[in-house]
Amino acid sequence: MSKKKKTWLDTNTFHHSEFWNLLHLIEEKEKQGLKISLCIPTLNEEKTIGKEIIIFKSELMNRYPLLDEIAVIDSGSTDKTLEIAASFGADTYLSADILPKQGFKPGKGENLWKAIHQLNGDIIVYVDADIKNIHPRFVYGLVAPLIYHKKIQYVKAFYDRPLAFSQGIRPSGGGRVTEILIRPLFAMFYPELTGIIQPLSGEYAVRREVLQDIPFPIGYGVETSHILDVYHKWGMKAFGQTDLDQRVHRNQTTISLGKMSFGILQSFFNRMQKYGGIDKLPDMNQIYKHFQAQDQQYQLVEEEIKEEERPPMSTIPEYRKKFGLDK
Amino acid sequence: MNIMATPPKTINDLLNGVITIRDQVKDLREILLANLVMIGEIPSPTFGEEARIRFILDRFTEDGLDRISTDEVGNALAFVRGSEGEKTILVAAHTDTVFNSSVDHTVRVESKRIFGSGVADNSLGCAAVVSIPKILEHLGIVPKHNLLLMGITRSLGRGDLAGIRFFLNNCKVPIDYGLFVEGAQLGRLSYSSMGMLRGEIQCTIPDEYDWTLFESSGAINILNEVITKIMAIPLPTKPKTTITFGSVNSGNSYNTVPTTGSLHFEIRSEQAGMVGDLQNRLEEITDEVASNSQTEVRLEVIARRRPGGTDFSHPLTKVSKRIQESLGVTPKIQPSVGELSALIDKEVPGITIGITSAYKMHSLKENIAIEPVFSGLAQMVGIIQAMDGGFCDE
Repeated sequence: MSKKKKTWLDTNTFHHSEFWNLLHLIEEKEKQGLKISLCIPTLNEEKTIGKEIIIFKSELMNRYPLLDEIAVIDSGSTDKTLEIAASFGADTYLSADILPKQGFKPGKGENLWKAIHQLNGDIIVYVDADIKNIHPRFVYGLVAPLIYHKKIQYVKAFYDRPLAFSQGIRPSGGGRVTEILIRPLFAMFYPELTGIIQPLSGEYAVRREVLQDIPFPIGYGVETSHILDVYHKWGMKAFGQTDLDQRVHRNQTTISLGKMSFGILQSFFNRMQKYGGIDKLPDMNQIYKHFQAQDQQYQLVEEEIKEEERPPMSTIPEYRKKFGLDK
Repeated sequence: MNIMATPPKTINDLLNGVITIRDQVKDLREILLANLVMIGEIPSPTFGEEARIRFILDRFTEDGLDRISTDEVGNALAFVRGSEGEKTILVAAHTDTVFNSSVDHTVRVESKRIFGSGVADNSLGCAAVVSIPKILEHLGIVPKHNLLLMGITRSLGRGDLAGIRFFLNNCKVPIDYGLFVEGAQLGRLSYSSMGMLRGEIQCTIPDEYDWTLFESSGAINILNEVITKIMAIPLPTKPKTTITFGSVNSGNSYNTVPTTGSLHFEIRSEQAGMVGDLQNRLEEITDEVASNSQTEVRLEVIARRRPGGTDFSHPLTKVSKRIQESLGVTPKIQPSVGELSALIDKEVPGITIGITSAYKMHSLKENIAIEPVFSGLAQMVGIIQAMDGGFCDE
């Protein structure tokens, strides 16, 4: 285990319970004169949006004024998402109405990108709308590291995923695409980034200075490309991550995860090209890094996975002799 | 808002005031509903209320209440201090629900309704009580007397009001008035307690049972015989008396004769002594069936209430009714078998009210209507003001 990695994991990984003192957090926010905007990107989320708005408005605006605005940015829902969100006091926008000269592309990344223009916060916190067990920690747990640590720019959420329990062992907290695609890719090309436990989580808080300077894939690749771009431009120290405990959400089919992986691979290889990695592959890393969770301790596990190779059997003298290939 | 409001001087001030209060509490919609969602998502079966109580105590702390505490049976308690503090008004909601922890407790919010296990009974009642400090602050109301806010444990089923009884038996502060808050139904006004007995009839076929006996049969047949005999008991319609069968449990296949079974029932009567008479009659029936069938049939009493309460003419009842009427709510007078009975046993005047309209109660589709909640809350505040302002004193 490299020394640097352990340090980052130790200093930049948080648990939401460290930030329970909201009065103190707000005092610090006000001292720094920060404005904080919440953006919830939506597409047909009528089942869960109402609860999210109620909880965030009550707890983080009325009771504890941490948020300066709550905005729903929608890609064109055909259900009652916007009506419900507006009825509980959220600001609602159609993505297509923001920056109309730039056109409209349907995709979550589009909504996140347009939020930068529409919202006023110095910090924007993005929270997906499909969370069934919503709680104020989903916002303050991500915002707090930015308020308390000036050097941190980009805070990702990670979770215990209750829907991943079917195999009996408690996994590191990543979803299927993270464990099968992203973590192996990172372990091979960007070993340092394997420290980010859930690179694909849809909840993160970011400073405006960073958001305005990175591109946004509008589809599945947005989280992956953010991580690569922020890493290249600001380094590992810019990241923070917060354990938000459980997140209950809809499970996706394997087919849709395949589509997601395809989109992510596109973004990944775009980055590889941009950063000059495509034609000069680094020495293949044979150490696979992943995580084991025990209570609230996240332990980096390193395993050597060496894919050794055998030549074609027809090159082996004993074989040639036995089957008379040299006659 | 935070500007101190002048307390109503006359009953008419109070009755007009509640209409303004209804508009003002709408500002606190998200505060109330967020409390409902958060409380509702914490499973709280009877005897397993700790987590919900913890949440309520945390809210009391956040709102800076006084003497926040819990007791031996786990009730949550805190004072809103009055300006004079001479009397004590208890405002309470039971925190237990009929759903066990394994049931999905996710709350779903629509624009007009909120769905979830126990949202009406009694997560909404709890949310209303827990929101009182913020409501009073917003309305600028500083009560004259102390309000004792309480989350009650162990009310339902086998809990048999153990939480409120323990509190009333051991509380060192005399309680002058009690207001119990239920999620539903808006308009409910309970000022008296009905005679009630809740019990279980268990049938067990002994191992050595002779299955060749003429008329030998399984536990279901035997329970059926018990039910038939109970249904043949003539019940007076006035004073109203009912026997309700709540559940029957026996067997687990198509063709295996079950050897055990149980029947849950409840007797209610407005007539003193009637419940006791019916209990004797049921015991005769179980003895008779047991001896005829050569099996074990036993009656176990789970809970009992004595009939009683304040009179309809008590100012508390009359004022509460007028408050409901001035909000356009039709009062539905109904006797209670809940926490009010325990208060009545202590001869403390009290009532039970509901906050909103609820549908499909005690099912997984349980849901409440949002809009009537504001009338429900205004009614609650109005009744507290009436108690506080001396409009309910005899």
